[in-house]
Amino acid sequence: MAKRKTIRTIPQERTPIAHQEAGSRVKNFGEVTLGYRLEDSLRESERCLMCPDPACVRGCPVNIDIPGFIARIIDQDYRGAYDIVTESNLLPAICGRVCPQEHQCEGVCPVGDTLEPVAIGRLERWVGDLAIKEGWSSVPYIEPNRFRVGIVGSGPAGIACAADMAKAGCEVVVYEAFHRPGGVLRYGIPQFRLPDDVIDAEIAALTRLGVRIECNTLVGRLFTLEQMLNEMGFDAVFIATGAGYPSFMGIAGESLNGVLSANELLTRCNLMRAGEFPDYDTPLHLGREIAVIGAGNTAMDAMRVCLRLGAENVHCIYRRSRAESPARVEETDHAEEEGVEFHWLTTPVEILGDDAGGVRGLRCIRMELGEPDGSGRRRPVPVEGSEFEFAADMVVYAIGTNANPIIGQTSPLTLNPRGYIETDESLATSMAGVYAGGDIVTGGATVILAMGAGRRAARSMKDYFGIRDTDAIYPAEGQAHPATLFGIDTSERIFARVHLA
Amino acid sequence: MAGTRGSSLGALPMTPAGGGGGEAVVGRIVAREDFSDTTFLLEFEHPAMARAARAGQFVIVMAHEHGERIPLTIADFNRGRGTVTLVIQAVGKTTRQMQHDCRAGGSLFAVVGPMGTPGHIGEAAKVVCVGGGLGVAPVFPQARAFKEHGAYVIGIIGFRNRDLVFWDDRFKAVCDDLIICSDDGSVGIKGFVTDGLGLAMDRHDDIDEVVAIGPPVMMKACAEATRRAGIKTTVSLNPVMVDGTGMCGGCRVRIGDRIKFACVDGPDFDGHLVDFDDLMSRLRRFATDEKQAMERWSQSCRLAGGQESPGGAR
Repeated sequence: MAKRKTIRTIPQERTPIAHQEAGSRVKNFGEVTLGYRLEDSLRESERCLMCPDPACVRGCPVNIDIPGFIARIIDQDYRGAYDIVTESNLLPAICGRVCPQEHQCEGVCPVGDTLEPVAIGRLERWVGDLAIKEGWSSVPYIEPNRFRVGIVGSGPAGIACAADMAKAGCEVVVYEAFHRPGGVLRYGIPQFRLPDDVIDAEIAALTRLGVRIECNTLVGRLFTLEQMLNEMGFDAVFIATGAGYPSFMGIAGESLNGVLSANELLTRCNLMRAGEFPDYDTPLHLGREIAVIGAGNTAMDAMRVCLRLGAENVHCIYRRSRAESPARVEETDHAEEEGVEFHWLTTPVEILGDDAGGVRGLRCIRMELGEPDGSGRRRPVPVEGSEFEFAADMVVYAIGTNANPIIGQTSPLTLNPRGYIETDESLATSMAGVYAGGDIVTGGATVILAMGAGRRAARSMKDYFGIRDTDAIYPAEGQAHPATLFGIDTSERIFARVHLA
Repeated sequence: MAGTRGSSLGALPMTPAGGGGGEAVVGRIVAREDFSDTTFLLEFEHPAMARAARAGQFVIVMAHEHGERIPLTIADFNRGRGTVTLVIQAVGKTTRQMQHDCRAGGSLFAVVGPMGTPGHIGEAAKVVCVGGGLGVAPVFPQARAFKEHGAYVIGIIGFRNRDLVFWDDRFKAVCDDLIICSDDGSVGIKGFVTDGLGLAMDRHDDIDEVVAIGPPVMMKACAEATRRAGIKTTVSLNPVMVDGTGMCGGCRVRIGDRIKFACVDGPDFDGHLVDFDDLMSRLRRFATDEKQAMERWSQSCRLAGGQESPGGAR
């Protein structure tokens, strides 16, 4: 380990990252943020103070040993760095790109008290990308056991749970309704933020652990949860179907052609490649003046996709101000650089139609911020008499999603009043052996929170099976860990199994 | 089995509860039958789907890797053979291409389902099942399901003329009374299915329920005909969809004063509450794109046809 560093001795400036220039990138779907080079990573790693009690690890929803992997980079043991990251996170190339680090690890980094925090996300991405380039994968020795686990949904929560259960020796099958795996990573996040080949590489890593992925399978309708447990031989099931039932506002004009959800827009473009119509059969019928309602990451993605597909003007309409907008800071900045026009403190009251059933414009009203609401953000209230119209021929809703109803329709699971699946602390549902996590439990959240839920569910399943949890990185909260269990060191990383049952 | 899977249809690991039989290849087309120059039947293997399918449900099909995802109502399923049957009208680029390319022994690139909430086959004692145009096939499993529930089933199926008639034998087998309608009177009664429905309502004054499947104008006319008599009328809506799982909202339809997603809330709805004008307008959403795709495809077929030897279809 290097000698003790202080805030004065480390490189003061955060190592910049290369971007595709805004003028050219809006004409292509290539990645916007280009990633660190080796020398960038080495320099940025030096900025880590190697805190003895690292806040960043606690700030990470899956508790990656951040100083540990950065120390390996400094030692030029890049493979070692990868192995440390993948102990907690199977998908570093994805999370390095899409995590809201400013609210997680980087948000609590002490370097950030005086300087810019260590660019943990960029380093994680660099490690993940290097692993893909070098063809590394962390496949531990796996001692198979007799348990079979079925996972519903191949998005981040499903993938994370699948990886942990496969490493624990279970036979794992992941079911995906679409024809390609990845869930929201595939249909939701555009190529310029998360290229397809990165998803492919990370999913390939999963299949190397022995996980089988079955696409074109709509669980609930093709077979039910009860059938999985009673007929198909699964000992436990993890439901990770996501939220993904898009919300609309219920204002006049929403049935007009040219009004669609961001989910639909993004699925058509990302998964079905409508941008390449008619070489691909899926149409989009892009507008020229596009209004996107909402200012979260999904809204930013939708707007930036529209610009790349050739929209003339893209407007972001949000009822609160920039400070309250839920998107990653980088995404809002990128959207602005690319020419999105922001209309803060504005909300639509009606979508105006033309004679042919299409959209000709929006009637909006100005808002101002009032008292804080339940979320702690100041509630937007309409300004009397401030209504105005502006021209648009396409309106995209990116105001959030509701719970997907299919599992609820087809099983006796207890749901909460909003349709999300009820679980206890361990993510167990009301059906024995059935766990649930990610957006279908919490409502729309982030990739890394869903992955954290997948890992938590995996831990609970291991408990349920009575197989020893060798995952010392992720101890259960509030549970005193004895140094040994039946004489075996609990932090030991061999994969022999002890059946408590 | 890695990320990008060319042929993405893996066999389902269903433990064989019902015998199973021979080696089924999910998505393999085992039979094709042409009813007319636009209407054809595909029967494909999918034992798990055949087991799960119920009347009123649909599948989403992707014919090839660059294809779009199109919803098609299930026309029949055979649990013994482990097959599902679709009857397809070749109207747009995708369905025309399927008509051209799909042969027995070939495979669909992707097929997922059964989707949608199954039709509610309730206590109705006397039911009319109306099928017009592309709705003839999908109303068949509903008629059969009602029959299996012991209802008195009146079938009404409509075609343009005698040459386009199909499945009249199947309907005869499950209907207590079958009225065939043709536009030109060459078979059955002369007139639309609404005329047939009027006839049935004259003959029977104790109809509990009407199920009508077909083009939106037809379903709308049926719903108007029964509204006056106050007969419960169920229609099956087939709007534009992408995923079919409730995720995109493209299939939203106006039911009464509420917005529903046909894929998960339907596709069967109370015909008296459906806003058909809204549905028909939304079905025109991609009209210009569809035309463009169709023209381009027709042109590529002509080009390919010119280069190939006569009869050299793949």
